[in-house]
Amino acid sequence: MSTVTRNIALKDQYISLYREKSGEISANSAPLMNTFRKEAITRFASLGLPRKGSENYLYADIERVFSNNLEKNFSDRKISFNIKEIFHCDVPDLETNLLLLVNGRFYGNGKMLKKLPGGIIAGSLARAAIEYPELVEKHYGKYAGRSDDGLVALNTAFAQDGIFIYVPRGVKVEKPVQVVNIMISENDLMAQHRNLIIADEDSEARIVVCDHTLSAHRFLTNSVNEIFTARGAKVNLTRVQNEHNGSSQVTHSHCLQEGGSDLSTITVSLHGGFIRNNVYVRLTGEHAENHTMGLYLTDKGQFIDNFVYIDHAAPNCFSNQLYKGVLDDFASGSFNGRILVRRDAQKTNAYQSNNNILLTDDTRMYSRPQLEIYADDVKCSHGSTMGQLDENALFYLRSRGIDYREARLLLMFAFAHDVIQNIKVDALRERIDDLVDKRLRGELSRCNNCAMQCG
Amino acid sequence: MLSIKNLKASIEGEEILKGVNLEVKAGEVHAIMGPNGSGKSTLASVLAGRDFYQVNAGEVLYQGEDLLDKSPEARAKEGLFLGFQYPIEIPGVSMVNFMKTAINEMRRHRGEEPLSASEFLKKMREKKELIEIDSSLTNRSVNEGFSGGEKKKNEIFQMAMLEPRLAILDETDSGLDIDALRVVAKGVNNLKSPENAIIVITHYQRLLEYIVPDFVHILYKGRIVRSGGKELAMLLEEKGYDWVRNEELAGKQ
Ligand SMILES: Nc1ncnc2c1ncn2[C@@H]1O[C@H](COP(=O)(O)OP(=O)(O)OP(=O)(O)O)[C@@H](O)[C@H]1O
Ligand SMILES: [Mg+2]
Repeated sequence: MSTVTRNIALKDQYISLYREKSGEISANSAPLMNTFRKEAITRFASLGLPRKGSENYLYADIERVFSNNLEKNFSDRKISFNIKEIFHCDVPDLETNLLLLVNGRFYGNGKMLKKLPGGIIAGSLARAAIEYPELVEKHYGKYAGRSDDGLVALNTAFAQDGIFIYVPRGVKVEKPVQVVNIMISENDLMAQHRNLIIADEDSEARIVVCDHTLSAHRFLTNSVNEIFTARGAKVNLTRVQNEHNGSSQVTHSHCLQEGGSDLSTITVSLHGGFIRNNVYVRLTGEHAENHTMGLYLTDKGQFIDNFVYIDHAAPNCFSNQLYKGVLDDFASGSFNGRILVRRDAQKTNAYQSNNNILLTDDTRMYSRPQLEIYADDVKCSHGSTMGQLDENALFYLRSRGIDYREARLLLMFAFAHDVIQNIKVDALRERIDDLVDKRLRGELSRCNNCAMQCG
Repeated sequence: MLSIKNLKASIEGEEILKGVNLEVKAGEVHAIMGPNGSGKSTLASVLAGRDFYQVNAGEVLYQGEDLLDKSPEARAKEGLFLGFQYPIEIPGVSMVNFMKTAINEMRRHRGEEPLSASEFLKKMREKKELIEIDSSLTNRSVNEGFSGGEKKKNEIFQMAMLEPRLAILDETDSGLDIDALRVVAKGVNNLKSPENAIIVITHYQRLLEYIVPDFVHILYKGRIVRSGGKELAMLLEEKGYDWVRNEELAGKQ
């Protein structure tokens, strides 16, 4: 079969799956989300799955990953497990801070939406779409809907649930909200969930998302996040990707920032066989500030691909992309960072850097900056490096009695810490440091006991 | 303690050390002087285990064992310390973490328990006071953004923390102000004992007023061409290297 026919066959499989299951999909979701499906599947039919080698997917073989015949489950099948048993989390107020997604569905033990102090609403997106339709309608599909990526359309057609977080105007969320995204099953499984985060004017929120797999099956996730950061709002989102290496994950984050807002996302990729993260940020008001950062530590046959697109649509905004990675064994990856400065976005400051350490000759890393600048009064810079550990530094450490292996770890840790240090919550930063340290030492293979314990 | 016999070493095919002989006994202080490019740092680096130098001939015994076979960390664990002429900046590695790791690796090598946090901090404090080094420096990443003189002081601080048996100080006095020079000398003299030995590489006789050497050697074009007592340093100060050059020329004729 030629690749073209394979692509069509694959696409048709998803379309007919949708036709066959649309009743079940809708019955187990929310009316508001259902209204988007028909158009989305039509859009998917015309866009198809991204092709490897196409403009935005030069190195990621989506078709290979999506052609695996995995179970898809559209009903709310009860998975019984004791959270505390498998996930040792010592967050003091577990009820308040922890949101659990299991195979893409909110796991609330009967409590699907929580109202936290200050009017914060957090819980199931499907339930929120039923209880607060006007609020959800204002944002659902508004940011990801602009995407011309077939996978976003696919998600919109199939997504039934996910996380919803709403922070009202002027409210500051003291403790971080922790979202734990668990894949656990008795079969190989595919999930497509949808998250919506709304930070209203001058609000402040810190969110931690952890992706875990708790059974050894092959998993595939295609998730979409929409993040709205209203005027003056501050959102800090840290994501730790730590699925096992037999799993594949594609994430799409579509963010809109109004004037004076400040959105900072840090994605730390530790384990996972195939990871593709898309981040689209649109800065639509003056003096908005964006930090999009990532750290990837890979080995064996892992593939990690980060694709970032920052759209400066208003003057006087600031953006900074910082991505760093350490690749070992025969791992491969790619970073694609795009900065678009529109004609009226004068006095833009936009920066980007991507630094990589390649520990062996068999690793492959592709780094591609793309600057598209239509305004004349802007400051933009980009830089990308591929290198080994600094031999002089290594010798200096060894000359003080530190073993070669330990010296290497110290240097890799220092390299990684450059990203981690941007996590503003001390306790969280220390825990991520610890995870990164364990990962570099090769001591973090499973993580049902990693317990992100952030408080 | 250290016995260097006919040591020849090259880099990228170019011979830098052309047969160095040197004997250092416990309790002694040696000074090595010599013009720029004569191979002083090369000698120090070869002793510390830098692998881009190729040893072509000769042998080095340290405490009765072959030194050149050993990894840099093994040498350090056995008490060899090199104070770098150009200390390396290591962004992201904190001084505290660096010193704690180094000390505990060495303790482990000697079969000792790691220092507790409070013991370690106590030691840091003591040595900081001895070397008169600022906490603002030891709270930073290793050498990052340190001034030239601060880096040199930091080498002496590390030496004081690690308490080596044989310290080789490569131009630790260069770029130091007069107060710092005094402090460096204090650190070195503090280490001096009948069990330890020190080799200072320097261009200035000034340092030798503070750290009085038992022997002075002149390294010239990869060979030690002259050895003597501390008066040799004085002579050199007075006559300059031209004198060595001329003597060499005269010797060759
Ligand atoms: N990494 C290197 N690559 C090429 N040449 C080198 C290297 N290191 C040293 N050399 C050469 O070896 C010779 C000796 O250098 P070395 O640094 O040992 O001199 P030195 O006596 O310490 O000089 P100084 O007093 O200036 O510190 C010089 O000619 C130098 O250029
Ligand atoms: Mg030198």
